[in-house]
Amino acid sequence: MTSAELLFRLAALNTHYANAIDADRLEDWPGFFEEVCLYKITTAENEKRGYAAGVVYADSRAMLSDRIAALRQANIYERHSYRHIIGTPSVRSEEEGVIAAETPFLIVRIMRDGKMDLFATGVYRDRVSQAADGELRVAERIVVCDSPRFDTLVAIPV
Amino acid sequence: MSNSAENAPRHEAWEPGLTRVPFWVYQDDAVRRAEQEKIFQGPVWNYLCLEHELANTGDYRTSFVGDMPVISVRAEDGSIRAFENRCAHRGALIAFEDGGNVSEFHCVYHAWRYDLAGNLKSVAFRRGVNGKGGMAESFCLEEHGPRKLRTATIGGLVFGTLSNETPELEEYLGPAICAKIRRVLHKKPEILGRFTQPMPNNWKLYAENVKDTYHASLLHLFFTTFRITRFSQAGGITISDDGAHHASATYAQLETRDTIYKDEAIRSDNDAFRLADPSMLDPVDEFGDGIQLQILTVFPTLVLQQTHNSLAIRNFVPRGTDAMDLHWTYLGFADDTPELRKRRLKQANLVGPAGFVSMEDGCIGGFVQRGAMAAADELSVVEMGGAEARTTDTRATETAVRGFWQIYRRLMGL
Repeated sequence: MTSAELLFRLAALNTHYANAIDADRLEDWPGFFEEVCLYKITTAENEKRGYAAGVVYADSRAMLSDRIAALRQANIYERHSYRHIIGTPSVRSEEEGVIAAETPFLIVRIMRDGKMDLFATGVYRDRVSQAADGELRVAERIVVCDSPRFDTLVAIPV
Repeated sequence: MSNSAENAPRHEAWEPGLTRVPFWVYQDDAVRRAEQEKIFQGPVWNYLCLEHELANTGDYRTSFVGDMPVISVRAEDGSIRAFENRCAHRGALIAFEDGGNVSEFHCVYHAWRYDLAGNLKSVAFRRGVNGKGGMAESFCLEEHGPRKLRTATIGGLVFGTLSNETPELEEYLGPAICAKIRRVLHKKPEILGRFTQPMPNNWKLYAENVKDTYHASLLHLFFTTFRITRFSQAGGITISDDGAHHASATYAQLETRDTIYKDEAIRSDNDAFRLADPSMLDPVDEFGDGIQLQILTVFPTLVLQQTHNSLAIRNFVPRGTDAMDLHWTYLGFADDTPELRKRRLKQANLVGPAGFVSMEDGCIGGFVQRGAMAAADELSVVEMGGAEARTTDTRATETAVRGFWQIYRRLMGL
């Protein structure tokens, strides 16, 4: 891949990812990840200090599916949606087919009653590679939120 | 309780007892102001930080005692000191980071300096410049300084109190609660992460929620369906003599099945809900006593949580009548095996702002705050399991919630 192609494909991956979440096609979300993966939501402060925990910590695609199943069938929370605005990816490295990239995001949360809040900003710190079917899939996505505050709840994936 | 009319003149009198709570107590700004003096600055031990965070001389953390900003610091003599984070001069914050390491504190506004015990040590240009200006000769450094807190620790938790009337920490907690703190915090902890969860409700609604063992298996499907805590499992609630503190316990269940939730058609029991990757619910009995859930509160604002192998400190800070911040500190131990550490990280999916259990507690206080918005003089009912607050071997009760109101009403004079 040329660097222009790579940038385009990363941007496309993020666009599809955000569209799936924002359009409430949450069942599609685990499909962006490899079967064995790491998805973690944490904060810049925790990353800086080397604290390993996340508010979400999943090390398999099945755990991501479980999170969606729980949101649909198990958990009680007030209806809301997100609007992701995703910035341009920057490729940090590309070694043996594994691309390390960092992409800034901004999420507005829209509550059931119409209240809109700036819910989160941060970067996706990713390791991505091309799967057998030719698609890029996420092996690791560390969602590093700029603020340590998570208002009331993080139900929908970030 | 005779002077409740004086303390809350605009409301219906609050009849004595623990089974009814008027909604004005969550709404009234006069109540909020009275709580600062009578609860947080009163005869209670407020959680400040972990001793582990103050390992070296000059290590400090900032936190809150009610509205009051506080600095906790390791002094030169090895003791832990705590004092109000307010310069004696004009009232500015002395420290405005979450923590750090310093040899002394100085206020950025006019460079007044404090030692690690919070004593005012110098005033910039105290004698003026070229014989002009300066402080009066009579100004005495010793007579000025931020208010100091007495500190004490148990299990590596640092507490502070502003009142001379507060009994020693272990007496305040009582032997049963002390034992249950030490059960969890029995060796050197390590911080795994910190998160803050703002909630749209009065702090007392969260204080009640964590003491409310009645709701746990009714609201939280994960607790019920995955048999983390069901009423049919062995367990109980320990309450300190004054009602202030509690610890609930649930024991791991043997392979027996019950139908009590099915019989009442309770939503939270749903055998059809299964996890594709159940590794998140694969605990080990690390404390060797079969207790898989222990939720412990220290009045007024601390929770110590053991949910399987997920350990956390939760400290709540009031932010006005209808908002609070919940500060989560996820813990492990320094000698965790990699396998145990991984369990803690995965089981933490149950708790915190995105927790399969705790996300629901994040919302529920706001539902009460909004639901009761126009009901200041109406009463909520806290009558499951009787009218008293005492240690019991069932969790189908609101006894620990009544314990909260027992100490609260006594301290507030309401």
